[in-house]
Amino acid sequence: MFYAQDPGGLGAVAHLLGELPESITSGVDPRFRSAEGKWVGISGRARVVVYNTKKLGEADLPASVMEFTEPRWKGRMGWAPTNGSFQAFVTALRVMKGEEAARRWLEGMVRNGVKAYANNTAIVQAVASGEVDAGLVNHYYLFRLLEENGESYPARNYYLKSGDPGSVILVSGAGILSTSKNVEAAQKFIEFMLSDVSQQYFASRTYEYPVVQGIKTHRLLLPLAQVQSPNVELASLADLEGTLKLLREVGVVP
Amino acid sequence: MASGVNLSPAKGLHRRKGGSSLVWAPALLAGAAVLLPVVYLVIRALGAGAEAWELLLRWRTLEIAGRTVLLAATVTVGTALIAVPLAWLTVRSDLPLRRLWAVLTTLPLAIPSYVGAMVVVAALGPRGLVQQIVGQPLGIERLPEVYGFPGAAATLMLLSFPYVLLSVRGALWGLDPALEEAGRTLGYSRWGAFRRVTLPLLRPAIVAGGLLVALYTLSDFGAVSLLRYETLTWAIYLQYEATFDRAVAAALSLILILMAVTVLGLEAWSKGRGHYYGSSARAFLQSGPVPLGPWRWPAVAFCLVVVAFSVALPLAILGYWLVRGLAGSEALVSLLRPAVGSVVVASLAAAAAVVAAFPVARVMTRFPGPLSGILGVVTYSGFALPGIVVALALVFFSVRFAYPVYQSLSLLVFAYVVLFLAPAIGAIKASLLQVSPRVEEAARTVGAGPWRVFARVTLPLAAPGFLSAGALVFLVTVKELPATLLLSPPGFKTLATTVWSASSAGFFAQAAAPALLLVLASGVVMAFLIARGGKVSSQGVTRGDVPIR
Repeated sequence: MFYAQDPGGLGAVAHLLGELPESITSGVDPRFRSAEGKWVGISGRARVVVYNTKKLGEADLPASVMEFTEPRWKGRMGWAPTNGSFQAFVTALRVMKGEEAARRWLEGMVRNGVKAYANNTAIVQAVASGEVDAGLVNHYYLFRLLEENGESYPARNYYLKSGDPGSVILVSGAGILSTSKNVEAAQKFIEFMLSDVSQQYFASRTYEYPVVQGIKTHRLLLPLAQVQSPNVELASLADLEGTLKLLREVGVVP
Repeated sequence: MASGVNLSPAKGLHRRKGGSSLVWAPALLAGAAVLLPVVYLVIRALGAGAEAWELLLRWRTLEIAGRTVLLAATVTVGTALIAVPLAWLTVRSDLPLRRLWAVLTTLPLAIPSYVGAMVVVAALGPRGLVQQIVGQPLGIERLPEVYGFPGAAATLMLLSFPYVLLSVRGALWGLDPALEEAGRTLGYSRWGAFRRVTLPLLRPAIVAGGLLVALYTLSDFGAVSLLRYETLTWAIYLQYEATFDRAVAAALSLILILMAVTVLGLEAWSKGRGHYYGSSARAFLQSGPVPLGPWRWPAVAFCLVVVAFSVALPLAILGYWLVRGLAGSEALVSLLRPAVGSVVVASLAAAAAVVAAFPVARVMTRFPGPLSGILGVVTYSGFALPGIVVALALVFFSVRFAYPVYQSLSLLVFAYVVLFLAPAIGAIKASLLQVSPRVEEAARTVGAGPWRVFARVTLPLAAPGFLSAGALVFLVTVKELPATLLLSPPGFKTLATTVWSASSAGFFAQAAAPALLLVLASGVVMAFLIARGGKVSSQGVTRGDVPIR
């Protein structure tokens, strides 16, 4: 049994995983599972731009993440380059726009004085306090802080438009090792994680997107159907090593 | 066993030169245990592929290493500048409330670096207290950046200056004031005599304390990670967390090991150089303390500022966040699990370290020689190694050769023993030195076996040392962060990891309660150690020759 927080981790060990039965995979949105049936998503995480509502409106925000390298965003952005989801997004960027464009984007962001944070929560807090105007995060961190601080909390999520890599939906997911000695129990566990009870738990407690139909989500969460996520197969985001190499070369991670 | 029964004193003496294999085997085993992780790490790093070496030789690696050295050097010099005047004031002058200042200025030792850093961020950070209280009314949107070099250097200086202070204070107590007076009679002013006579005499103590500070800074993970100053320890952690390829982390660790070994070498070299002997130690007590005159109040102000920034303000800020958290929704109940975790793991570590330290301390006191000398160096090197390096080495080793213990509590306890064997040995050695081998031999001559002698004679006589060793290891284990982070079994929490994860996400209210509890526990254990005999004035809380980290 292998349960990872992002498709990069799943992709890296996909060759060690056995095929999951149709009964498990069929219930899951095809966007959120491997095409070969090696793993299924358990919960969905949208990449979003969190912004300070006192300083910006939706209209001020660009359609594509690529525009954040423009001079008008200088010193106003935050990111968390050591975060796994951020790295998965960079992988998506490489897959969709090519190696060179991804490098230019990273360099452009660094030139624009993007502030590095330890994690997503720190970014959302920095945005809310006005330390930066906007940041690249997963969608659910905002909801945890809304829960704590009430809806007057001056930060909201913005989804980038028209299939931009910046609005890729990532999943945490699970697969069963082909060497597993206890396949039956592992299958039962995955079935349980995909059951309505578990999926509703994710939706209402961690504010993630359910990967099956018919689950109620948070009032302020943009429904999955309205997210203009890019048409990129999650299984193609396996090259975490290549992303790390790029991030190191640009000097974003040590 | 040839040396099994020794009835004659002559034979007993002979035996003391060598010792049986029963005595040496456990001691050597403990030494090997300390050496194992690092040797394996070195082998692993040297065997890494060409790509790892390429990464190691990048400009960026040099940058990280350079930052590490810069921080260590700055903190070392800074602590000397704080500590030398403080030491002189609390030992030689007529500073008002001298005793009180002597105690208060050692208290920063009870504050772990990540707690100190958390306080700095909570107070001076972008959403911090100062911004809320002072910034907003004045319409200041942004305070100067606290992250990076200035924040990290200042924090570490304020927390580690007691190392230099204690060392210099000890030297000042032992210094013969007649030397300084001789300087005065030869025409030096008071300041001139201090600068030309006393200061050179204090140099070995300053250097010894300074090198401890350098080791402390090189090893520090908590402060640099929370204050985002990318030194080797933090780079290693990020590398370990973010990638599958652990070769870079191993290679960076190698650089850190080299730095620690260099500092260790400098320390040995400085210890070997010049000893200064006074003809009549403490004679100055008769000659009376130096009157400060008009400098009295500036001197008190200096002490006050140091104590305020290193102890009082941090505690006040923690208290503020605690109250704020309690007024909000923070529940103290969530403290129970990490507190129990800390106590359990620190007790296990204390017991294990005492058991492992006794045979080493025994051969070092009873059979001094080259082999026990090497054992001493080896076990001390474990203490000098950064926790993150030892932890990483144990991850590598256990994953490959001892998988069942990977992510188990036993491996974590083993890491603590590697790191803290030296202080335990120091404490036990100090008390074993006071147990005459004659007493043990007498017990043997009346027919007691070796185990019986240990249980009925050695153990009761050396019990205070065992107790101190256990308390000392307990204290440093509770405060330890990086090894705990890397090696904790899934779901296992301690106060240290709770403070770190809450404050690295910016939840200061959540971090305040466990942080205060940690400081309190450290303070109590330190008070116990001081009460047991380490005098604050002369030795601080050092036992043997190894101080509290």
